[in-house]
Amino acid sequence: MSPTPNMKTKLGKNVFKPGKEKHISIRPGFEKDPRLKAAIYACPAGLYSEKSNGEVELDIDGCLECGTCRIACGTEVLDWSYPVGGIGVQFRFG
Amino acid sequence: MEKFEVIVVGAGLAGLSAAYVLAQEGVEVVVIERGDYPGAKNMTGGRLYNQPLQNFLPELWKEAPFERAVTNEIVTLLSPDKSLTLRLRSNEFARPPAHSYTVLRGTLDRWLAKKAEEKGTMLVAKNRVDDLLKRDGKVVGVLAGGEELGADVVIACDGALSLLAEKAGLKSPGTSQDYAVGFKEVIELPSQTIENRFALKPGEGAAQLFLGDLTKGRFGGGFLYTNRSSLSLGLVIRIKDLAEANPLKEAPQFLDEFKERPEIAPLMAGGEMVEYSAHVISEAGFAGLIQPFADGFLVAGDAAGFSLNAGLTVRGMEFAIASGILAAQAVKQAREKKDFSATSLAVYQSMLEDSFVLKDLKTFQHAHAFLDNPRLFQHYPQMAGDLLQSLFTIGPDPKQRFSTTIREKVGWTETWAILKDLRKGLKI
Repeated sequence: MSPTPNMKTKLGKNVFKPGKEKHISIRPGFEKDPRLKAAIYACPAGLYSEKSNGEVELDIDGCLECGTCRIACGTEVLDWSYPVGGIGVQFRFG
Repeated sequence: MEKFEVIVVGAGLAGLSAAYVLAQEGVEVVVIERGDYPGAKNMTGGRLYNQPLQNFLPELWKEAPFERAVTNEIVTLLSPDKSLTLRLRSNEFARPPAHSYTVLRGTLDRWLAKKAEEKGTMLVAKNRVDDLLKRDGKVVGVLAGGEELGADVVIACDGALSLLAEKAGLKSPGTSQDYAVGFKEVIELPSQTIENRFALKPGEGAAQLFLGDLTKGRFGGGFLYTNRSSLSLGLVIRIKDLAEANPLKEAPQFLDEFKERPEIAPLMAGGEMVEYSAHVISEAGFAGLIQPFADGFLVAGDAAGFSLNAGLTVRGMEFAIASGILAAQAVKQAREKKDFSATSLAVYQSMLEDSFVLKDLKTFQHAHAFLDNPRLFQHYPQMAGDLLQSLFTIGPDPKQRFSTTIREKVGWTETWAILKDLRKGLKI
């Protein structure tokens, strides 16, 4: 279900240039890894959520590219990179 | 392969300051930035302390598009149902050049990029650096957007995660114990409304820090900075605590609850939220520093771990500017010797040690141990509010002496615990 409607509105205020590829993805086979749970609570955009079958999913739209999930979960479970040039969030105020 | 003298990765304050100085010296420098424009991927709380920059391009900063000169330093301790605020207003802070300024990076970084370009810096935006090029273990350039670009020196100013410092073998991925995440909303309000609500003279600003119930005992706190015609309201919370502290709660909820507090809501009323941003910050201080140089490679700013939380002051941007400038000066020396090896670039380390960057980080190396105490984030703010409330309250029964009230609220066990915490605090 992630992110909440309130968060969607919030993220909707940002200038965001969608790309073709997901710059962060959960590595196949690690969807139920306990390390992913950290991102559910730590991601400031609320992009991670747990499905009823215990798998964690990531909805990358609106990602703030803050780096929290890379630190919280680690690169064994997340395939993590920044979006390619000119893609993703473009802060106007910062 | 196209070759430059210096490639700077990241158009933030460190990268742009480095490029400015290099270009001024006639060095061929290109800055590669993955955002649409400088600042597009950058955020701060935030505030920049001006005085440490008196030895680092002081004339340049006089023209900088800062937001407001901070003349009011405010600290607020929050418990669930009350708050206690200490406010320092000082003319000293207002005297130009002001002591510190609130900052929005969207404005500041674009301005600094323009200044660096005027000096001759080449700026390439919308381009992500994917990897370092190495030959015989030495950094000889970068791979960006599928293209190989050579350089005598690559300066990594790619922010707190610094994937490039990792690739250079200088840094391991950060741990959730050592990093916090800062997230904030920018809320637009007319400048006069801001000045009225915060009791500020025109152009002057306030910086407010919050400690206590807003993080529910987690390491961190809140901040509120007055910009010209907006407020920056946000939180910083250690990632490990967000991931593990019970009862678990999702990060965005902390900010939503904070905004609803009676201390905050009236200040924001009628404002329009225009942006939501977030970034990780190293909280490890001196202990989290890396070796910031290698063969053909330097690291500056957040990428090198140059940020310092000393409780009352939270700093990063002036470290980024100073380290960027020192990196440029180190390159200049290496260039004169035509030697870009680690041994030659090591002069950067000595320059950092002689500057406020490493001196301040060293002086405050015990701050983290003092701050890493759950009592600070819940118990003390609560106790202070409770005690003050008891002293202020006139109830139906005859009032006890102040000293009796204090003895009741702060028993012997508590006094002993306070003394122990204070001992740690005295090391700061």
